[in-house]
Amino acid sequence: MGLEPGSAKIEGNCLILSGAWVLQHYQQLRAETAELKGWLPLGSDSATTTSWTDMYTLEIQGITSLDTAGASLLLEFLGLDWLDDKSDTLAQLPQERVRLLKTVAATMANPLEPPSSKVSVLRLFLASIGERTEAVWRQQWQLFGFVGLTLVTLVTTFARPRSWRITSMVAHIQQTGPDAVPIVALLTFLVGAVVGFLGATVLRDFGATIYTVNLVAFAFLREFGVLLAAILMAGRTASAFTAQIGSMKANEEIDALRILGLDPVEVLVLPRVTAMLVTLPILAFIGMFSGIAGGALVCVTSLDISLFQFISIVKRDIAINHFIVGMVKAPVFAYVIGVIGCLEGFKVSGSAQSVGEHTTSSVVQSIFIVILLDAIAALFFMQMGW
Amino acid sequence: MPQAHTTAGAESNAIIQVRALENRFGAHVVHEGLDLDLYPGEILAVVGGSGTGKSVLLRSIVGLLRPSGGTVKVFGEDMQQLSSAERSLVERRFGMLFQGGALFSSLNLQENAALPLIEHAGLPREEAQHLGRLKLALAGLPPEAALKYPAELSGGMVKRAALARALALDPEVLFLDEPTAGLDPIGAAAFDQLILTLRDALGISVFIVTHDLDTLYSICDRVAVLARRKVLVAASLDEVAATEDEWIQEYFHGPRGRAAQAAAAPPKD
Repeated sequence: MGLEPGSAKIEGNCLILSGAWVLQHYQQLRAETAELKGWLPLGSDSATTTSWTDMYTLEIQGITSLDTAGASLLLEFLGLDWLDDKSDTLAQLPQERVRLLKTVAATMANPLEPPSSKVSVLRLFLASIGERTEAVWRQQWQLFGFVGLTLVTLVTTFARPRSWRITSMVAHIQQTGPDAVPIVALLTFLVGAVVGFLGATVLRDFGATIYTVNLVAFAFLREFGVLLAAILMAGRTASAFTAQIGSMKANEEIDALRILGLDPVEVLVLPRVTAMLVTLPILAFIGMFSGIAGGALVCVTSLDISLFQFISIVKRDIAINHFIVGMVKAPVFAYVIGVIGCLEGFKVSGSAQSVGEHTTSSVVQSIFIVILLDAIAALFFMQMGW
Repeated sequence: MPQAHTTAGAESNAIIQVRALENRFGAHVVHEGLDLDLYPGEILAVVGGSGTGKSVLLRSIVGLLRPSGGTVKVFGEDMQQLSSAERSLVERRFGMLFQGGALFSSLNLQENAALPLIEHAGLPREEAQHLGRLKLALAGLPPEAALKYPAELSGGMVKRAALARALALDPEVLFLDEPTAGLDPIGAAAFDQLILTLRDALGISVFIVTHDLDTLYSICDRVAVLARRKVLVAASLDEVAATEDEWIQEYFHGPRGRAAQAAAAPPKD
């Protein structure tokens, strides 16, 4: 709109409003009216503004265009009573402008400000500490409950092969398993090579570089293979579970399942958790293998240990129980990751932001719990001498 | 080409001119040779059976969907020819109410209504939120609703808040996609009256896609019937209702059509 911007000025005893009172010039008009109000001796509360509109003759026919923003400003400036008291001046405006002014005035007659409740910062701070503490407890409580619920459903469903959801489970195995193989293999391979280099550097001082083989094999069979696979799954799959179930929750699909007499835990959680139970041990095995392969590559290329020698040392020194110690952790991790991913999905409430928050929370929680469990397991197995 | 001819002839005052619009998704043709005009200050309703492409038409006019063929001229400019900066300027003169509200779920209502004011009108946050609250009140929401989030609202309140956001920049054209769907009859009637009041007060043009016969009878100036991939007829309600066409006859003279007509018997306009 190339119209002349709106203005408010006083000439003699005329108050002249003219130009385009529209959103485009809102700020300038606001400043202008505020200045006029400040300059008038009578102050700005509404009782006196009516009286100063009495003192001046209002000329508003110069207003070329008006929208809701301009109308609200005009009414704030002149006071709401003006519409009733000075209805004769309204005749200067075309009919639809008057209608607009009246509509906006009717809206502004009620208070626009929401009732605010001011609370001191200290109280807010204390309240938020309490809230968070309670949330942590509630979260653990819910998690324990959900772990149990899933376990019970798993056992009861296991007894009824008719209610196994094979198709859904296979689809989730496809998503969580084969699709994750490349990333798991590559990552563990690289970490294996890094561990190999570390071992070679530290052990060289003792002339014991040959033990790099044992280091790599030990580390990957007992800990790293399964731990790295589990952490990757926590990032990749727990988040996917949360987002899938969370958007279903937001779309009321979970409620629809309940109304149809289906158990969401059986329909949604079991296929996902069982898929994890199947795939994580396989991925852990792949992780162990490719981690050791990474270590072997370092040994062959920079330590002058031949591949044949590497394999024979592994066969001679590494007992099968290290492999078992590593593998028994896989189903536990799988279960925990699957359950956390699904539980966070069920906690989503409506908004897109909530889906994001719970996805983050599910990844953080599952990685935390996996590492915590792994540390406890390491202590336990060491004490047992396994 | 008759197309060029009509365009030149109707250049008079239509703010939106759709000419020979074509929309297809793969082998499925939704629109073919569709013409439609929207004149300043009128309330135009687009009706049609499910799947006749009412929402597709709306989306291709506002530029959310690139049509497969034909032209859409808005304020005399072909939307497809404009650069993205010019389009953005045109789009600011639109207000759109989406069917599900499409309020930003991470912002409360006054922030939702203030967002276009902050982004496009360059107002400081404080003033934008003040104006946002004014728009919310204008759309009929109580003041305490301003601090609520969309997830906490009922369907009717979501529609009102979405209308407030659509009105934020004082648009010249308001697009409403099924504004009364999902509202109770009282709420729907109040919403219809609200649209009428706003049109009268602000002098905007309103483009409504609707299934609601009561809306047609109570507030619409013109009705366009969408069927068989084009606009069968666009005229006043009486003319449309008198058109010889099986679907139109069934629509307007079926049990619901008659009931709505009877309800609107004391004509409002």
